[in-house]
Amino acid sequence: MNEAKNGAVSEAVNAPATSVASTVIVGAGPAGIRAAQTLLAHGLRPCLLDESLRGGGQVYRRQPEHFKRSAKALYGFEAGKAESVHTTIDQLQAEIDYRPETLVWNAESRTLDTLHNGRAAQVPFKHLIVATGATDRILPVPGWTLPGVYSLGAAQIALKFQGCAIGQRVVFAGSGPLLYLVAYQYAKAGATVAAVLDSSPFSAQTRALPALLGQPSTLAKGLYYRAWLTAHGVPVHQGVHLHDIQGERRVSGVSWQQGNQRKNLVCDALAFAHALRSETQLADLLGCDFAWSALNRAWLPTRDAAGRSSVEGVYLAGDGAGIMGADAAEMAGELAALTLLGDLGYRIDRARSIELQRQLAAIQRFRQGLETAFPFPEDWAAKAPDSLIVCRCEEVSAGEIRQTVAEGHWEINRVKAMCRVGMGRCQGRMCGLAATEIVAHASGREVACVGRLRGQAPIKPLPFGVEAEQ
Amino acid sequence: MSQPVEVDAVVIGGGIVGASAALFLALSGKRVALLERDFFGSHSSGVNYGGVRRQGRPLSQLPLSRRAHEIWGDLRAFIGTDGEYVRSGHLKLARSDKDMAALVAYEEASRGFGMQLQLLDHAQLRARFPWAGDVAVGASLCADDGHANPRLVSPAFAFAARRAGAQTFEQAHVSEVSHDGQAFVVRTADDQCFRGPWLLNCAGAWAAQLAQQFGEPVPMRAGHPAMLVTEPLPMFMDVSTGVEGGGIYARQVARGNCVLGGGQGFPLDPATARPGQAAILEILRNAVELYPPLAGAQAIRTWSGTEGYLPDREPVLGASSTQPGLLHGFGFAGSGFQIGPAAGEALAQMVCAGASNIDLTPFSITRFQSQPHTSSPAIVVPSGTDNVIPLLRGRSNP
Repeated sequence: MNEAKNGAVSEAVNAPATSVASTVIVGAGPAGIRAAQTLLAHGLRPCLLDESLRGGGQVYRRQPEHFKRSAKALYGFEAGKAESVHTTIDQLQAEIDYRPETLVWNAESRTLDTLHNGRAAQVPFKHLIVATGATDRILPVPGWTLPGVYSLGAAQIALKFQGCAIGQRVVFAGSGPLLYLVAYQYAKAGATVAAVLDSSPFSAQTRALPALLGQPSTLAKGLYYRAWLTAHGVPVHQGVHLHDIQGERRVSGVSWQQGNQRKNLVCDALAFAHALRSETQLADLLGCDFAWSALNRAWLPTRDAAGRSSVEGVYLAGDGAGIMGADAAEMAGELAALTLLGDLGYRIDRARSIELQRQLAAIQRFRQGLETAFPFPEDWAAKAPDSLIVCRCEEVSAGEIRQTVAEGHWEINRVKAMCRVGMGRCQGRMCGLAATEIVAHASGREVACVGRLRGQAPIKPLPFGVEAEQ
Repeated sequence: MSQPVEVDAVVIGGGIVGASAALFLALSGKRVALLERDFFGSHSSGVNYGGVRRQGRPLSQLPLSRRAHEIWGDLRAFIGTDGEYVRSGHLKLARSDKDMAALVAYEEASRGFGMQLQLLDHAQLRARFPWAGDVAVGASLCADDGHANPRLVSPAFAFAARRAGAQTFEQAHVSEVSHDGQAFVVRTADDQCFRGPWLLNCAGAWAAQLAQQFGEPVPMRAGHPAMLVTEPLPMFMDVSTGVEGGGIYARQVARGNCVLGGGQGFPLDPATARPGQAAILEILRNAVELYPPLAGAQAIRTWSGTEGYLPDREPVLGASSTQPGLLHGFGFAGSGFQIGPAAGEALAQMVCAGASNIDLTPFSITRFQSQPHTSSPAIVVPSGTDNVIPLLRGRSNP
């Protein structure tokens, strides 16, 4: 029964011969690494493409090779998981076709277009696991383009990767589990955390408790960070509306609204985000069907419980197809690989597959609880002032978006065509959801009813003078 | 079924030709309904390169193009926006003496149309446009040509038509067209109905179906230009630039972004297309020799669209030969943006006065009715049109 999982069963019993390059994984985070491991255990050597220098993804981002901080210092409670994921990729790399520092910028006719070291290449695939992960979900606030303002994820990367803090006196704002985690990590690392400004009210967290109790250890960690911050004198404010970030040449302070009180604080850096958003461009270019996810408040590529997308041979795993966190990503990566193997006719451990689906469903319920505990600030669009820059690449303000809506436009791609929002360097990856919120609010429609920004190649910018294999 | 809305003219297709026809009809006091399946100007009229040029067009198009040039000169008065239109000049580079000879011949042949082309030899080109790549041996400059933002201009024609009194409908998919003996009856998928004595077929790449219905099949095929845009760069290119014989064309907008096109993409489905990696990489590899300041710049977005091409690359513009009251205006072969407003105006004149001011004979649909490939009335000139790339490059469907 467990033979497959243990790797004892190899290609001998297996059906179709599949060449090395025909099974491809995009993304070497927890989902992609577990997927690669599972495929290899069954005798299938995948090609693993990853943008980063070293595998681990954002959550388990590794420090440069010559840095010597301990896993415990870097990843805290998650040190064991991080080390396990890192050890796995270290052991796998010689046996699979592992290509770090490789950007996938387009997909077309069952071929991925990649960029590595200034060279463009094509990677054909028959079967593909998309594990593209997530970025911070950003709701802009006046002053957010000042130097010294970071996303929570970026603040964490500065600490994890480079071992430096974004400032000496740092404010953390927004909502979501990452808010408390990063604040805790900064305080532990010796930075002064001036305050944690949580947009979600305390009452929401109380309300969410029953659902959160489904994952007691994760809940306990969250409570621990929170308690630790309070015990170490870090002010934590809840039910906060971030009003603006002040500064001339860089951040010098922040002001917020709590109830009917306006408060100010001096700081030299600020990190903020409202949870995470999925990186879905590749799934879009692959032609996957998308559906509105109320839980994620986003359009997501659809997948069945086993990880299949709507496109034959394309599987989705991890946060790139809906935010569920690192533990779920590991499971979803393994599950997608098992499903792929099963579809190919390999003998797999069906019980393991069912167990993974059961665990993922449990995490999904917990995720519902998190959404209750850290609700999306639905009044954000209403409160965004006209002067607020929503699209920083093209410098499009909330007022300009509202003006475009006032002229009769409501579909997000159309609004983009008219006022340039989302047309710049990030291609809407950062500003798209905020723009959608403004359009929905200004046009009196539901967020689900203003369309979805179409993905266009390149997923990330491509240089002129690129060399290409022919 | 809903009762028909009675109008003087129904225009099918809200691209720049249909929208400007609707605008000129409404300005003449006609009751007009403009029906667009998607959003106004969202297909080839809105996603094209944005060149507003007369230079390089076949001589047959220059009378219309000259009239269009006047409309563009008064754009704000017509549509209420300048749509980023600038008369920057259009520079056509020659990469060989043979190409230069073609530019010289075109300059001679096109005199009398008011373009005042200036031929530049290598030294003059270097002196005036020092950023141009050394592969260019010379060029022809049309100082009064320019470029504009098609995303803004094309929809603005439809909005202007609405302000002038036209009934305009987006997301209006025409499901049925018939003629009841006196007037056309046009139904949409959402059960709107319009009835009128004139029907304007301005449905772009999708216009052949309607022509066929009225017994006038045309050999139209779709083209999909590969386009991309860079991040904002320091200003260096003060003209819109093309290449004799086809190649990579480029312009720089006021924000600093460079818009480039060249090669062909491929269709995803009948309504959408992608530029394709082959064409994108070709632009990224080869643009620098023509436009050296692009070295090291980044392309941030690519796109394509669906354009209608007829074998002789001339549009079909004018009256149907089989159905009184039916007018065609389609098949502009990727070069309809500049000429579109004049084409729309000519169609409006046919409705209002029975004839257009400018002779449309070269564009008659009848040229496909007998020996379609040998009897083209279009004037053959030594230079082809630039900004139109051979259809079979890239990954376009055969």
